[in-house]
Amino acid sequence: MALPQSKVDETTARIEGLTLPDGAVWANAARTSALGRLQEMGLPGRRDEYWRFTRPEGLNAVEAAPAAILKSDEPPMFDGIDRLKIVFRDGEFDAEASDELALEGLEIERLVDATSTDIHWAKEIFGALEARGQTPVARPFAALNTAFASEGIVIRATKKVSKPISLIYLHESEVSDAMLHFVIRVETGADLTVLENGPAAARFNKCMEVEIADGGAFHHVRAQGRDHERQAVTHIFAKLGAESVFKSFTLTVNGRLTRNEAVIEMTGDDGVAHIAGAALGDGDFHHDDTVFVTHDALNGESRQVFKKVLRNGAVGAFQGKILVKEGAQKTDGYQISQSLLLDEDAQFLAKPELEIYADDVACSHGSTSGAIDDGALFYLRARGIPKGIAQDLLTLSFLAEAIDEIEDEAIAADILGRLEGWLSRRRDG
Amino acid sequence: MLNINNLHVKLEEEEKQILKGVNLDVPAGQVHAIMGPNGSGKSTLSYVLSGRDGYEVTDGSATLEGEDLLEMEPEERASAGLFLAFQYPVEIPGVGNMTFLRTATNAQRKARGEEELSAADFLKQIREKAKSLKIDADMLKRPVNVGFSGGEKKRNEILQMAMLEPKMCILDETDSGLDVDAMKLVAEGVNALRSEGRSFLVITHYQRLLDHIKPDVVHIMADGKIVKTGGPELALEVENNGYADLLSEVA
Repeated sequence: MALPQSKVDETTARIEGLTLPDGAVWANAARTSALGRLQEMGLPGRRDEYWRFTRPEGLNAVEAAPAAILKSDEPPMFDGIDRLKIVFRDGEFDAEASDELALEGLEIERLVDATSTDIHWAKEIFGALEARGQTPVARPFAALNTAFASEGIVIRATKKVSKPISLIYLHESEVSDAMLHFVIRVETGADLTVLENGPAAARFNKCMEVEIADGGAFHHVRAQGRDHERQAVTHIFAKLGAESVFKSFTLTVNGRLTRNEAVIEMTGDDGVAHIAGAALGDGDFHHDDTVFVTHDALNGESRQVFKKVLRNGAVGAFQGKILVKEGAQKTDGYQISQSLLLDEDAQFLAKPELEIYADDVACSHGSTSGAIDDGALFYLRARGIPKGIAQDLLTLSFLAEAIDEIEDEAIAADILGRLEGWLSRRRDG
Repeated sequence: MLNINNLHVKLEEEEKQILKGVNLDVPAGQVHAIMGPNGSGKSTLSYVLSGRDGYEVTDGSATLEGEDLLEMEPEERASAGLFLAFQYPVEIPGVGNMTFLRTATNAQRKARGEEELSAADFLKQIREKAKSLKIDADMLKRPVNVGFSGGEKKRNEILQMAMLEPKMCILDETDSGLDVDAMKLVAEGVNALRSEGRSFLVITHYQRLLDHIKPDVVHIMADGKIVKTGGPELALEVENNGYADLLSEVA
């Protein structure tokens, strides 16, 4: 079916000022192919099924809308955790501020270097997982990213890596428009943790492709900064082998627009995929989690746990799908999306989907929206806890199931501290 | 300690009068029991005293050591020394029992202008007190009341009471849902807290709790009022003859 002319025009305008990076033959081919995909599907419009809850205009626009830079009084994220730091300023790699790209059990280098090398392991993954993830649901911004992002990191873990790779995204220019692309392969028996933090830019497009071989484990924790006006669209494409583990948690506080997509495909038996998020918005905040988990193997376990705390006009959206393919018996799929609406102006939109073609599976999903429980609030206050603190405790109680998905205690404690900070800055009295 | 004078209370949302002139004095150091049939207003009285939403005081007063309770927020009443042991303690997933108790203890101390308890002192106190109520370390770590049995929830209420050291304790049907052993344990916890400066108001349907927590005075409540006041023998009379006899006699 031909694209409507308006989409063609919008897509053409969007890519007009962009240049395909030049590199090795394979990389150029992957980028050209991604550009072709983008032109075929076009940028999203409000009538697209998966864009009904979120307006794509800010992401479609040729120029990024300016976003003020927040001066934080908090210590840097993950400060107390021993990690390999890689710093990007408005999407530009900062070698000075970064640690040396070397660690035992890792092959790690910049995307620009990898895509200039004729023979490279990343060839099999770069743009390939993204392309797989384009059906049945189009993800135009991911194709845009594969085509035009020149910067990023490629990481191959060959054993249990001693410390997390920490990607730090600083936002320093009010008009920056950044794209980063990451390619990650976790080999058999390897174990890798990737941390991300920071707003990255006024407008940020990030794509991460993660392939986990049989028996590999990948842990991912990110925090998307505190800047109020920034916009972000991110994708994570994960392909899981047998007995592999994928665990991802995202904290989002503030941000005018956030669209976090995750496309997870379980291709080997006995895989485990958990994806969780806690989002807190106050005012001009629109946060969208769009998740697609495919079970295409036996005995897979997947969990989606998404919690949003919304007030003062903030909007949360969740589109989560579990697809169980024929033959994916003994699948255990779980999905929960919940919002805590702190006032009557907040809004939560949810679309849970299950599509199951195997007959011996356990899949459950639930979605709720509610206010702070009066009975619980009274109980805490009757013990002498002031109303504001009691409300915050109950908000943390609401978020607990998502926070529990973070395995590492020190990282979880850091995330919890950020949540408490966000709440206490808004506490009544 | 607690003085209730001609207290009239209706539901906020509807024209339904629940308390129709309650008069009650609980002097320092005494244990008073309120008994009465279902719907007589016993639990409403406990909620109104502790400040739950949904009730409107239309007349009368309630003071704690001369301070007007009804003007205070629930947390202010708690800091002033009022404690309600809930009939149905609330489950709070994701908030550890210890965190909850420490937040509450220190919030009250802060409100009273006292120094907050250090983590070490708090831990020492809570361990001691938990032990006598047979509350193990696991129960202290678990989220507040989540997965607790009926007996564990009530013991947890008494542990909170022991930590917060209130002056005026209201026990709202603390015996409901307890077997005999659990009731004894709870009663022992309460009795250990009895002192000259601390008063109790024990709300119950049945006399059996009062075998273990011996009251100084027993009140019978019916249709929103205290209709009869007497000694412990009044509770036995209820046990033997039921409320119907007693109420017809009063009427």
